[in-house]
Amino acid sequence: MEVFFQQLINGITLGSIYGLIAIGYTMVFGIIGMVNFAHGDVFMVSVFIALIAFLFLVTWLGISSIALTLFVVLIVAMVFTALVNWVIERVAYRPLRGSFRLAPLISAIGMSIFLSNFVQVTQGPRNKSISPMVQGEFVLFTKNDFQVTLPYKYLIIWIVTAVLLACFWYLVAKTPLGRAQRACEQDQKMAALVGIDVDRTISMTFVIAAALAAIAGTMYLMNYGVVSFADGFTPGVKAFTAAVLGGIGSLPGAVIGGLLIGLIETMWSNYVSIDYKDVAAFSVLAITLIFLPQGLFGRPDVEKV
Amino acid sequence: MSKKSDMTTGATEARVDFVHALKDAGLTAALAFALFLPLIGFLTVQDFSNNLVLVTRWPLLFLIVAVIAAGRLGYSLVLAPRRAARARKPSATKTPAWRAFAGQWFTPFAIGFVIVYPPLVIMTAGWGGAVKWLDNFGIQILIYIMLGWGLNIVVGLAGLLDLGYVAFYAVGAYSYALFAKEFGLSFWILLPIAGCLASFWGVLLGFPVLRLRGDYLAIVTLAFGEIIRIVLVNFVDLTNGYAGISSIPRPTFFGIPFTANDDGFAATFGLEFTPLYRTIFLYYVILALALLTAFVTLRLRRLPVGRAWEALREDEIACRSLGINTTNTKLTAFAMGAMFAGFAGSFFAARQGFISPDSFTFMESASIVAIVVLGGMGSQIGVAIAAIAMIGGTEIMRDLDFLKHIFGPTFDPTQYRMLLFGFAMVLIMIWRPRGLVSTRDPSVFLKERKSISSDLVGEGHG
Repeated sequence: MEVFFQQLINGITLGSIYGLIAIGYTMVFGIIGMVNFAHGDVFMVSVFIALIAFLFLVTWLGISSIALTLFVVLIVAMVFTALVNWVIERVAYRPLRGSFRLAPLISAIGMSIFLSNFVQVTQGPRNKSISPMVQGEFVLFTKNDFQVTLPYKYLIIWIVTAVLLACFWYLVAKTPLGRAQRACEQDQKMAALVGIDVDRTISMTFVIAAALAAIAGTMYLMNYGVVSFADGFTPGVKAFTAAVLGGIGSLPGAVIGGLLIGLIETMWSNYVSIDYKDVAAFSVLAITLIFLPQGLFGRPDVEKV
Repeated sequence: MSKKSDMTTGATEARVDFVHALKDAGLTAALAFALFLPLIGFLTVQDFSNNLVLVTRWPLLFLIVAVIAAGRLGYSLVLAPRRAARARKPSATKTPAWRAFAGQWFTPFAIGFVIVYPPLVIMTAGWGGAVKWLDNFGIQILIYIMLGWGLNIVVGLAGLLDLGYVAFYAVGAYSYALFAKEFGLSFWILLPIAGCLASFWGVLLGFPVLRLRGDYLAIVTLAFGEIIRIVLVNFVDLTNGYAGISSIPRPTFFGIPFTANDDGFAATFGLEFTPLYRTIFLYYVILALALLTAFVTLRLRRLPVGRAWEALREDEIACRSLGINTTNTKLTAFAMGAMFAGFAGSFFAARQGFISPDSFTFMESASIVAIVVLGGMGSQIGVAIAAIAMIGGTEIMRDLDFLKHIFGPTFDPTQYRMLLFGFAMVLIMIWRPRGLVSTRDPSVFLKERKSISSDLVGEGHG
């Protein structure tokens, strides 16, 4: 039981990171109906930006306050990643809006390959690791010599994720931008007719998606302290799984899907086999798409001629 | 008088344009600077005590920003007005005569060339230097051409984006390796078996997922490809994990091995022994396999099932309303594509003599998809040209020693291979979404064969 509790804590932490990335997939899919294959690599780029910002603050400016460092790193990563995704949308996806259906997906695959290899070429192929930013933990209870702990960094991840998700929910539900986004999701032509700048709204969607991925990236860096150029692929596919499981296009679905995938993965590693932990997530993806293509919270996909 | 005023307005327009272009270039430069500041401006390296530290690369950053700004300026001053002028003029629609001529004679010429390629290479490069040209530039490229043609059935003809194609290649390779090592069966018996097994896996994996829409299908095939790779890594008892399977039996010339022994190929035919005979033999084997793939594809396109594939690619709903069983049609495409991947896989295992899961990563699938996409989905010649350009280009990059003199001794051009692949995929989607060779010959026609510009077909909708 104590192991189960510990895995529950680990799973929720991992799940919040997946959930943040999954929102990016689900938002972009909701608004332009495209699987943004490069999103996992945008996440990886954000981890690198966070890493560089962290090193800049700590080794160059000599800031020792962890809270301040983390805050600045978060902001820097969000801004630069948002810029990267904005440019990607302008360059690689916008010209393809009227093209045939697989075109944006192929372009996104190209972008994904480009991004991971760009980081490999510019930053080198080796793992980059830093010493842990936040140490220490709460001991929740001890049973049979097994301590169930809640590390401080997990707590930070939970709080940051929850607070920023609340901000994001406010943005989508209450602001004009969010209204424009929801309008574009339903009918782009009609939205344009009533005076919504569709291109700008889509750009903003990519910006928000990237900012959320950057939060996930910063949390990832703080949690694991190690990153390599190839680390975008697997979290990307898992977050996509989360988005599909929650029902693609549904924002609460993405978060819950992310938590579920995080829990499934940690439980699977613990109780079944750690070697096959990626198989678990990939199988969930295949099984969901085959048997429950609309996901837990999504609307069924109606085929129109 | 009027002429003069025209000229002056033209001049002011040009000046205003120039100011505008400068502003534009400045903006682009600022954007590029911000974009590349973190990842190019700073390099994370490990110092002697294994801590990460930052090193700056300002010259490189400013060089890149300057190049981008200059490119943007050049574009808006030179290219954009020209493009606008061309857009105003009505473009000629008739295909030029040389193109029709080239289209007619290209294929027989190309096939003739690849058949006489080994003797040609031996004559020019000698027996010693020919290995590189036959192995790296011949066999390697032909494997990718074959994989490209196989995937072309799935992506180009049936319009199903398969991102896990390399899984079937892996199935072929491992089935040859395991059967040949455990049971000592020969290459020629195992080739069809490997094809059948890969095809069986294609059906097995394809059956549940083929009801899915295009982009979902792509991701699920990717997931399956990864699952197969993870199983290959972790099922150590069967596959030996990361270490891979080594000393796989090499193919023989109808029972005569390519060894220096008395019963070897060279001794049997009274020739002097050289390892090149095996390379030449392998070259012709993969050439025959690739041509078989192309021939079968061409023939299948004329059968009802081939026409159903192409109809499916154009419009799935229309297909279904005409009574085509879409699941079966997709499944046959999947199985056919997987079978050729299985053939190529068992050839790969036989040629290398060593296989490991490293050869079957997602990047490999992505390269094959890139070849098909760049060449033009559905076009055989286009796929072949793309494979030659991309795989041959990589091999050429290995030899570009002069770049080391320019960029320093640590510069490795092959690192940039996938970078260019990815960039090319994006560019080609924007610039020519149908690929480099985008005209199609219809497989069925009334009275007269007309080339259709692919702009007229709405591929992939539905």
